Amino acid sequence: MTVQDSRCAPGELGRGSATSDDLATSDDLAAAEPADLAASLDLTDLSRRRNAPGRRAGLRRARWLLRGLVPAALLIAWQWSTSAGLVPPTTLASPKSVLEAARDLIADGELQTALRVSAGRALTGLVIGAGIGVAAGLVAGLWKLGEELVDSTLQMLRTVPFIALIPLFVVWFGIGDTPKIVLIAVACVFPVYLNTFAGVRGVDRRLIEVGRVFGLSRTRMITRLVLPNALPSVLVGIRYAMGISLLALVAAEQINASSGLGALVMNASNQIRTDIVIVGVVVYALLGLLVDLVVRLLERLLLPWRPTIVKS
Amino acid sequence: MTTPAGTTPAGTTPAPAQPAVVMRDVGKAFAARRILDDFALTIARGEFVALLGRSGSGKTTLLRILAELDTVDEGTVLAPRNRSVVFQEPRLIPSERVWRNVLLGLPRRESTLARAQEALAEVNLADHARSWPHTLSGGEAQRVALVHRPDLLLLDEPFAALDALTRLRTQALVHELWHRHRPAVLLVTHDVDEALRLADRVVVLTDGKVGLDLRVDLARPREGTGSRFDDLRSQLLAELGVARPSSPA
Repeated sequence: MTVQDSRCAPGELGRGSATSDDLATSDDLAAAEPADLAASLDLTDLSRRRNAPGRRAGLRRARWLLRGLVPAALLIAWQWSTSAGLVPPTTLASPKSVLEAARDLIADGELQTALRVSAGRALTGLVIGAGIGVAAGLVAGLWKLGEELVDSTLQMLRTVPFIALIPLFVVWFGIGDTPKIVLIAVACVFPVYLNTFAGVRGVDRRLIEVGRVFGLSRTRMITRLVLPNALPSVLVGIRYAMGISLLALVAAEQINASSGLGALVMNASNQIRTDIVIVGVVVYALLGLLVDLVVRLLERLLLPWRPTIVKS
Repeated sequence: MTTPAGTTPAGTTPAPAQPAVVMRDVGKAFAARRILDDFALTIARGEFVALLGRSGSGKTTLLRILAELDTVDEGTVLAPRNRSVVFQEPRLIPSERVWRNVLLGLPRRESTLARAQEALAEVNLADHARSWPHTLSGGEAQRVALVHRPDLLLLDEPFAALDALTRLRTQALVHELWHRHRPAVLLVTHDVDEALRLADRVVVLTDGKVGLDLRVDLARPREGTGSRFDDLRSQLLAELGVARPSSPA
């Protein structure tokens, strides 16, 4: 065990004059209390502070409890304020009556029907919009001519807030399912287009060179090199589009709807049934959650070669 | 300065006196900078040529021209159709399993796992045939790049990004594969010792021309020591403009 005196001049260290021989014997070093030793050598005891694994583990165990604390408090405050009559049910229904409303809606099948209609609209719009977005992104990404034709037009249209199109779509397509599906499709085109275009253009040039070295044809270059390596970016676009499709669904259904979740919520709103309105909001939120799960599953299935996905 | 086409590798079985690469009157410029100027180089079939040059001298451009990744402005370039390139950083297609990467250039009906495994076995990677590229280490990925059987093997500083031990092993593997299959090899490197240990001939690219063309008349396998080795190294370092050739960094 060799200890060097920190007080010695820097030059002395190199010559080896300040070795343990000059200090206390090694027996002293082994036996002394750390605090005394540090004081006598004018050193700082770096091992004094230690990790407290017990406390951290305790915190980790209690984490879910801690995280649930504020939501639970809010829920209790909600229930208390509504049942005590502080907030009238026409302003905010109590959690209990929301649960009852949900039970009733499920029992008579109303919620399931509405959900089926709304999810069908969102999915149809999404499929159409994402399809157009991927196709346009590929055309613009793969061919210079395609970029000139497609890109500036779509970039221009992108600046239009899709909700502003609702009145126009009502004039064009009436008040049935069509204007809603078209609105959702339009809203979904842009995120998918932008990410597909960026994904195709972002494929590593060095990989393209590999393809050229091996003499791949243009078709095989696209199918084996460009498309698979653009896919992560395309999926990001689809993920965005899924979120936006729900947003567009809510917007479209609130303008006019005779069926679906939006109709359910709007009718309840007209009758000042805040319990049913809240049920609708919660169902929309659950749909969003479901959409996210679907995308994660898709990524896992389609991108097995990505290191980040393998690890997770 | 042109090397006669009828050269044979030193100390090995004579290769056919036929050239694998012929470059004549080649000119190449990037903007105002002339990278290659009336450049000429011939590589015989089965010959191992190392290309040295200061950084920015156009070594990599020369290799990329032979890989058909860059075009020349003027002159003639002849090379075999069957070429393979190993880059400094491994370039495997991340979305294809290792065995599909190995068979990338082949038509689909000739692409069988067994065929890829056979090729991979030669670089001790048969077990990794079904792995994804990102699971390989840098040295393993470079070995995958070496499984092809080209007539012209182009190596663009393939050992530069490897750790010292892996570099030695991979150099030995390159030498072994060359010895067995006899492709013409162009190795672009900045490592004088590496060039002298591996190559039949070391060419230094200076100001767009062949500044020095040295035949490495040393028996293989080479240890990288001895007075002849030191002498060759001194000549190369002098051409590369290193001030004190007797004590390389």
